[in-house]
Amino acid sequence: MNELLAGIGDAFSLLIALDPDLLEISSLSLQVSLTAVLIAAVIGLPFGAWLSVSRFRYRRSAIAILNALMGLPPVVVGLIVYLLFSRSSPFGVFNLLFTPTAMIIAQTILVTPIIASLTHQTLRELWFQYHDLLISMNASKWQRMKTLLWEGRRGLLTASLTGFGRAIGEIGAIMIVGGNIDHLTRVLTTAIALEVGKGNFPLALGLGFILIAIAIFINMAVHILSKTEREGTW
Amino acid sequence: MELFPLTLDKAVVRVKGSQLLGPVSCRISSEGLSVIMGPNGSGKTTFLRLLHGLERCREGEIEWGDMGRREAMRSQSYVFQSPIILRRSVRDNIVYPLRLRNVARAKAEREAEKWIREVGLEERMHLDARNLSGGEKQKLSLARALITEPRLLILDEPSANLDGASTRDIERLILLAKDKGCKIIMATHDFGQARRLADDVLFFHHGTILEQGNAQAFFEQPRTLEGRAFLRGDILI
Repeated sequence: MNELLAGIGDAFSLLIALDPDLLEISSLSLQVSLTAVLIAAVIGLPFGAWLSVSRFRYRRSAIAILNALMGLPPVVVGLIVYLLFSRSSPFGVFNLLFTPTAMIIAQTILVTPIIASLTHQTLRELWFQYHDLLISMNASKWQRMKTLLWEGRRGLLTASLTGFGRAIGEIGAIMIVGGNIDHLTRVLTTAIALEVGKGNFPLALGLGFILIAIAIFINMAVHILSKTEREGTW
Repeated sequence: MELFPLTLDKAVVRVKGSQLLGPVSCRISSEGLSVIMGPNGSGKTTFLRLLHGLERCREGEIEWGDMGRREAMRSQSYVFQSPIILRRSVRDNIVYPLRLRNVARAKAEREAEKWIREVGLEERMHLDARNLSGGEKQKLSLARALITEPRLLILDEPSANLDGASTRDIERLILLAKDKGCKIIMATHDFGQARRLADDVLFFHHGTILEQGNAQAFFEQPRTLEGRAFLRGDILI
């Protein structure tokens, strides 16, 4: 209990002092996770929409695999990205290992199936609702996808925020591909792990509270800006 | 390319092994207003969906003049019994079919506003369309169907569950479309509406057409026992 209180105290002290290290790692955490979610959304939203309006032979299997990929183990993803980008590997020439770019790639791989699968689940219901209308109006497949993405925009925002939640709290993959290098690839989660390793529990807890606060702030800001709970939408 | 005549030759519709319609043979010309009548489950909606291309023949044939199925669908509009409303404003709902046809937004909006005035929804134009009443939603559906100037308008019980005033408004819009040369095919359970609007009647029972012909003749002297029983208000089994 004392450590919890000390953690809250440390979090406030770091915030009030505008600790430069804290600002740097918080900013990198946000930069990496938001970029990964943005890329994952660009891939996952259209893919989920396509899966909702398409009928093909192995569709059920594709959906089952996509759903299973939502639970990808971060450590395994980290290891695969590590092996792909290590010096002797095909992508070694890009020299991306232990850079924020490698961390973004790993998080994108983790988040894309989450956004794609939740998009598919949201739009599948909408497709059932709008199928006859869109077919009767002769909408092309691309127009159907665009319409469903627009009609389901509030649900898809939640899907993207779920992806952000996974990315911002993720440690296994970014620890492997980023290496937790001070002033280069250290983010909140890897910093917490480091402080725990050092036995500095109050500081680790303080960083943890800041991580939670950032996640809450981003979620609230997105909901407020996109007016998800507008009057008359219930 | 011509959409008419619509010709069905022993057309059968089956869904998951269950026969919903047929065999049905008929020829529908480009003029007038055809009313589809018959008890629940007689195949009226399936027939309309088949004409629109939403269902496919499992046996027999359907021909839309000299058009293919996709071209025929582009020349028609369909109004569903339960209005399907997009989650956007009244104006954007009506603009939607024109935008699908790549009409420029400004032009599509001008056209939509003309139809919004025609159906009397000016004050609701910027409202979320899901907040409209049942009658208003059906007017919106009609405006959205008519904005593309279809050659054929298919209506599946367009005034079911509406009050007298709303039914009158819907009928005015249907007659407006007919006067502009649009062929109307409409299913209804409302005998009064059928008598007011129909030029010819197709009477369905058990998935087949029992009678097809002049509306007045059908209402005054139906040729089949089932037709007579239906008009008397008897329960048809």
